[in-house]
Amino acid sequence: MGIRTLVAMLVVSLAVISVLATQATYSLFLPGLLQGAVLTIEIAVLGSLLAVIMGVLAALARMYGPAPLRWLATAYVEIFRGTSALVQLFWLFFVLPQFGVTLDAFLVAVLALGLNVGAYGSECVRGAIQSVARGQWEAGTALNMSRGQMLRRIILPQAFIAMIPPWGNLFIELLKSTALVSLITLSDLAFKAQQMNQNTFKTIPIFTLVLLMYLAMSLTVSIGMRLLEKRASIGLARGKAT
Amino acid sequence: MIWDWGFTLEILPVLAHAAVISIEATLLGFAIAASLGLVLAVVRIAVPRTGWTISVLVELIRSTPLLIQIFFLYFVFPKFGIVLDAFTAGVLAIGIHYAAYCSEVYRAGFDNIHRGQWEASIALNLSSWTTFRDIIIPQAIPPIVPALGNYLVALFKETPLLSAIAVLELMQTAKIIGSETFRYTEPITLVGLFFLAMSLVSAALIRALERLLNRRNAR
Repeated sequence: MGIRTLVAMLVVSLAVISVLATQATYSLFLPGLLQGAVLTIEIAVLGSLLAVIMGVLAALARMYGPAPLRWLATAYVEIFRGTSALVQLFWLFFVLPQFGVTLDAFLVAVLALGLNVGAYGSECVRGAIQSVARGQWEAGTALNMSRGQMLRRIILPQAFIAMIPPWGNLFIELLKSTALVSLITLSDLAFKAQQMNQNTFKTIPIFTLVLLMYLAMSLTVSIGMRLLEKRASIGLARGKAT
Repeated sequence: MIWDWGFTLEILPVLAHAAVISIEATLLGFAIAASLGLVLAVVRIAVPRTGWTISVLVELIRSTPLLIQIFFLYFVFPKFGIVLDAFTAGVLAIGIHYAAYCSEVYRAGFDNIHRGQWEASIALNLSSWTTFRDIIIPQAIPPIVPALGNYLVALFKETPLLSAIAVLELMQTAKIIGSETFRYTEPITLVGLFFLAMSLVSAALIRALERLLNRRNAR
């Protein structure tokens, strides 16, 4: 979908939210939901940060690390991709305290979502690094660069651009997964919605607003990532023989 | 004692029973996702000017959390007089959510079919329905089977969300065991291990399938 369509959808959804906000039944719920949205955004941003760190570390460890580190990274990726995010969230929240490690719910949320998405992210980092043409490594060797230098100065900057679109998808996945934290008692957007629904039974206005708010957030991420991609690939003719 | 083997053996049959519900939900949800996704992808090609509407629809479904969609079906539909039980609402929500993803996979499959195939069927005066059924779909589906398989696994991993509307699948059962016995370690770990085992096995199956299809296509 083109960036213009995405921007149009964002504008429409924000317009619908503001029109609804002028109506009595809807305006009642907006402040509370916005409060929940702030927590959602906080968790999404911190979770994304952790996901990127874990993704890059795990990918580099799997590709270039010594054997034990490679196994550790592989185990991490397989375990977090193989079980569902909710199970991981519950495990950290309910099981970890029984081993004497009690984390507060917010930290659990960031950790679980960040580690979960990081595992998927490591695969897209790996794919992006592998997509850099072999000749680039050979050129680096010809210039007598060390492996670390080649990786840092030649390979990663090019892989970075290839990574942007899949990371965009993952950030949206993470943003959507934040709804799960409502199940470990954090009062995010999804939690507020459920709470208000139970108190007032005004189901339709509440869930309409919530869906629109998540939509607006997802679209913002999509648009941001598209702009980043555009900016990062200035001056680079990827895939063209020059 | 952090891990109690006696307790583990005691709850294992209960969880195994709940696993059946999770698997049922997965299969029903995937049946909806695969067929509805195909319908979306075919309509997009067969009916002119629906492309944009379907793109927006797919984007809307993919941009909002599945959990909220489950709540939406479960809580909002009754307001319109349609009362769904929790299992139906949950399976329907998961099915529709993944239909959006599957339709994109089908689309990629259709895009890979050479234009000449369409032209040939026009030349043979085949109706567009016959073209789809006998020419396009048989060629488009096999290469995308692994991608669909990945979504089947992804969908399976989303079934714990049904616990939020109290469907007695694996996660809900584990939570109930936990709240009754104050022992969460064994039930939740077992659920995790169960998902891990299923994912690893299905990933291996998908890889094998991929190899098989590649060999068949590389005639």
